[in-house]
Amino acid sequence: MYAFNYHRPGSLAEATKLIAANTEAKLLAGGQTLIPTLKQRLAQPGDVIDLGGIAELKGIKVEGGSVVIGAMTRHGEVASSAEVKKAIPALAALAGGIGDPQVRNLGTIGGSIANSDPAADYPAAALGLGATIHTSKRQIPADKFFTGMFETALEEGEIIVKVAFPAPKRAAYQKFENPASRYAIVGVLVAETANGVRVAVTGAAPSVFRWTEAEAALGKSFAAGALDGLKAKADGLNADIHASAEYRAHLIGVMARRAVAACG
Amino acid sequence: MTAESGIGASVRRKEDRRFITGNGRYTDDLNRPGQTYAFFVRSPHAHARIKRVDTTKASKMPGVVAIFTGKDVADSKVGGLICGWLIKSKDGSPHKAPPHPIIALDTVRHVGDQVAVVIGETLAQARDAAEQVQVEYEVLPAVVDPKDAAAKGAPQVHADAPGNLCYDWELGDKAATEAAFAKAHHVAKLDLVNNRLIPNAMEPRAAVAEYDFGTDSYTVWSTSQNPHVLKLLLCAFVLQVPEHKMRVIAPDVGGGFGSKIFNYPEETVCTWASRQIRRPVKWTAERSESFLTDAHGRDHVTHVELALDKAGKFLAMRVDTHANLGAYLSTFATSVPTYLYAPLLAGPYTTPQLYIEVKGVFTHTTPVDAYRGAGRPEATYLLERIVETAAREMKIDPAELRRRNFIPPDAFPYQTPVIQQYDIGNYHASLDKALEMIDYKGFPARRAQSEKKGKRRGIGFSSYIEACGIAPSAAVGALGGGVGLWESGQVRFNPTGSVTIHTGSHSHGQGHETTFAQIVADKLGVPIENIEVVHGDTDKTAFGMGTYGSRSLAVGGSAIVKACDKIVAKAKKIAAHMLEAAVEDIEHERGVFKVSGTDKSVNIAQIAFSAYVPHNYPADVEPGLDETAFYDPLNFSFPAGTHICEVEVDPDTGIVDIAKWVAVDDFGTVINPMVVEGQVHGGIAQGVGQALLETCVYDKQSGQLLTGSYMDYCMPRADDLPSFEVGMTTTPSPLNPLGVKGCGEAGAIAAPPALINAVTDALGIKHLDMPASPEKVWRAAQANRPRMAAE
Amino acid sequence: MPTVSMTVNGKTVSRDVEARTLLVQFLREHLNLTGTHVGCDTSQCGACVVHVDGRSVKSCTMLAAQANGASVTTIEGLAQGDKLHPMQEAFREHHALQCGFCTPGMIMSAIDLVKRNPNPSEETIRHELEGNICRCTGYHNIVKAVKAAAANM
Repeated sequence: MYAFNYHRPGSLAEATKLIAANTEAKLLAGGQTLIPTLKQRLAQPGDVIDLGGIAELKGIKVEGGSVVIGAMTRHGEVASSAEVKKAIPALAALAGGIGDPQVRNLGTIGGSIANSDPAADYPAAALGLGATIHTSKRQIPADKFFTGMFETALEEGEIIVKVAFPAPKRAAYQKFENPASRYAIVGVLVAETANGVRVAVTGAAPSVFRWTEAEAALGKSFAAGALDGLKAKADGLNADIHASAEYRAHLIGVMARRAVAACG
Repeated sequence: MTAESGIGASVRRKEDRRFITGNGRYTDDLNRPGQTYAFFVRSPHAHARIKRVDTTKASKMPGVVAIFTGKDVADSKVGGLICGWLIKSKDGSPHKAPPHPIIALDTVRHVGDQVAVVIGETLAQARDAAEQVQVEYEVLPAVVDPKDAAAKGAPQVHADAPGNLCYDWELGDKAATEAAFAKAHHVAKLDLVNNRLIPNAMEPRAAVAEYDFGTDSYTVWSTSQNPHVLKLLLCAFVLQVPEHKMRVIAPDVGGGFGSKIFNYPEETVCTWASRQIRRPVKWTAERSESFLTDAHGRDHVTHVELALDKAGKFLAMRVDTHANLGAYLSTFATSVPTYLYAPLLAGPYTTPQLYIEVKGVFTHTTPVDAYRGAGRPEATYLLERIVETAAREMKIDPAELRRRNFIPPDAFPYQTPVIQQYDIGNYHASLDKALEMIDYKGFPARRAQSEKKGKRRGIGFSSYIEACGIAPSAAVGALGGGVGLWESGQVRFNPTGSVTIHTGSHSHGQGHETTFAQIVADKLGVPIENIEVVHGDTDKTAFGMGTYGSRSLAVGGSAIVKACDKIVAKAKKIAAHMLEAAVEDIEHERGVFKVSGTDKSVNIAQIAFSAYVPHNYPADVEPGLDETAFYDPLNFSFPAGTHICEVEVDPDTGIVDIAKWVAVDDFGTVINPMVVEGQVHGGIAQGVGQALLETCVYDKQSGQLLTGSYMDYCMPRADDLPSFEVGMTTTPSPLNPLGVKGCGEAGAIAAPPALINAVTDALGIKHLDMPASPEKVWRAAQANRPRMAAE
Repeated sequence: MPTVSMTVNGKTVSRDVEARTLLVQFLREHLNLTGTHVGCDTSQCGACVVHVDGRSVKSCTMLAAQANGASVTTIEGLAQGDKLHPMQEAFREHHALQCGFCTPGMIMSAIDLVKRNPNPSEETIRHELEGNICRCTGYHNIVKAVKAAAANM
């Protein structure tokens, strides 16, 4: 790790002021990606702003048919939250499958979404459930939030405050893990929502995306069988030593069918 | 008294107290006054000429104590690292042994090759400065695959090893083998790869080296499996330091699996540098450095053929192997794909003829050396895959084919056609017990059940034999080994009757502190809590050869038995004096010395006290009760057994689930069943790791390591593995005083073919290279329609 | 240099450290609590697991400064005097350790998992230990030990 100055603001206002004054600074949420990155000297921020002391960024509320999760809420808290389990069990289950228990005890939803790792789970939840990301400046629908590999619509100095997930009629997430890293090689979240079926795919491509052909098929008939014969295209999908694009394309179908089946 | 703590008892481990309370003392836990920190500048290229190393800027960074390059090392006349086993090629020429500098001089030959070392007041400062060392490289083409490296026109790793060939070696009778093949009814053939592995002991390698100017001597704390061997190598071969001026301490060591046998550049550089700067130097590998620099394992490419007669009797086997040795020869690299591999291809079978050719090849990769099993997993995988293939091709039940070819229990000692003489065994017994434990008869029903769920079930066998207890020094010498492979043991009674055992064997997880104490408890009747085992310090135990090749108990344990025998012989004389009887009339049993036919006796504690307070003492006996013995084994020992596993494959995803694992091993006498079962579990886990999860991948063009962290190198986790059913059969070895054979490597040797045999059975395919990763399995499943349950 | 204060194994400690100091470095290098180990640099092996405010975390993936004001328990703080924690006892009783290097982190993770799952199945135990790598035991006896400890905790 290179040396840096450490800041721990006590309020969102203080944090926004700090980041506005120093746009090269890194925001430290749960640190489960940032700290390994710093340890490997892959980033050299002069300042690190720890959001861990800001009470207003923490907590889970159910309001108006939505589950609203503060940006600094840990994955483990979402996974074990009775409210989340009741309102959107698929979201609790997804959070309970991120990383490992120790990662879940530190990693946060805001950090995960802001990082937009192509193999992370939360982006699939945000996109698949049609979440709204509330920031220090505005509200961004998930459909417009994830713009590319490790890229989001967040502007300089913009801090995620909370994420609101409208409760779907039913939803499920299925993940095929990289056997080594345990990140998603393919993760598919299927949700039947008030505004139709949404199918979000993570792990497979440079960024989380919606599988619109599957959404159309499931919109006609919400059953695993509706996806039979439907193949995700391998073009543009990720390929690495663990999985080719063709295999990922196949797994998208398998995980999507299993997710539909798991919706019950 | 000793029934609960003697031989055969599952005594809870004495060493655990410190480990479960955080009081283990590993090398990195240690700090010395005035200590500095070393950080290595490493090559980012697989093959490059070093045009220039500029340390000007770096040396001005805060906290920099010194920076050394290959030139500094060369100027101080430090030797390179050596390989301790001479292999002769078919034409009688010795293997090529190119220089192995501790810091590269003009060429780097693998990613991670060390180019300079920065020594700083703190580790962060050393690392900060290391980034400022400017190295100009001329990047050269690289080759990473052993067959590619042996091909014409391949990039050359060393100028003095043309064709990248270290040796072209053979074993067996070629003509007789060819003749047997000519008469074969059936020939089974396979091409397979034994995938390259990275050992990954959980404790990264580390060293703290301290030079004492006042006494002109060194102390080196190192994560070593064999501190005495490391001392010998550092002193006599590399640094030219007299042995009495060097102390090597291997404190608690967090696993080795072979990777901590060797003399590495880093501890050597720290030792040398500590004299240059006259301050202690500490180095601890980061895990990413471990991936790049710990000696890797396996990496064979092989063609094998097995000739059988009509009845399925093996007539002959021929094998052609390319073994990757990496960029430089590690300490015992040459022996692993030759003498530790080829002789084991006879397996537990009566195959009358074998002919094996091995080309040891240099590549631009990390050096390859012994990793848990060292040659024997490669042999067993080959053999048990080709036997399985033959069984399927000839439509003979795989258990039955093995049974037909096993060496019968009454044929021992059994001379194989390839060097080894097996002392004892009963391979049928292990197989039969394993079949019973896994309920072989019930397999078709279980397969049908799996198929109902849309899964495919397969069963896989592995009947292995291995050679442990390395080894008779003279035999090893005749085969080119550069060391003696005895072990020393000292049993020292303290005046009040407690015992300190000194062993040259090193424990880094194996439980010596308990099992070695059990031996003395059993032999001399000393309560186990009154026995302490000391190991890992060349000043405390004068001599030793260390722990590898499952040798600790068979060789080190035997040395302790011999020391106990000497204690008893001396104690009898003292007892005779104390009891006013003739020495010939003294009987000994578990620490009680009795005058034959009387109830007059003294115990060992009383004798010890008398030996140290010799007020009333035999005139012709020296005071003290402290005996040392060296034991040089008469032969290797030959653990054997059968593992059977069942897998369930999900054809939609390619996920392989291990449904059952049965292991039946014959380790001879078992001192501590709990510890032995633990060794079996861990061995299987590493074998399953190789077969299902782990593989080291280099980019073929750039030579970059693609599996350089746990993000890409798949370590077995708890949820990758099942619980194991472990059984034992026992034929005590007649060749050592304990009747033991060794158990540390068996699981890693037996497991891979069992798993691959099961996966290929489930998929109905001939072969699949390890690891059976999901995509490979999925592709195979797509290509092969499921067989019907009724088949 | 920021001042970092926390309660470690029941004792209040305070040190001035560089901001880049990881919690594991703070424990090992500043407090000499070397029972917590470092086995990797990618937050996967779990040798460094400690409890921060009662929850298991990887101390190699947390700045010491982030733990400012927290209560930290390490392997050294588990035993009450000479009385071992039931999880420590179970690890010894069931031979759930060999080289001992992963053991402190494994025990700390196991205690947390039993707190969250008082009566865990073998499957739960195996899944919950996803963040801890052991190279020696094949996990067989670790699973046994955790199960046994759960009954005694």
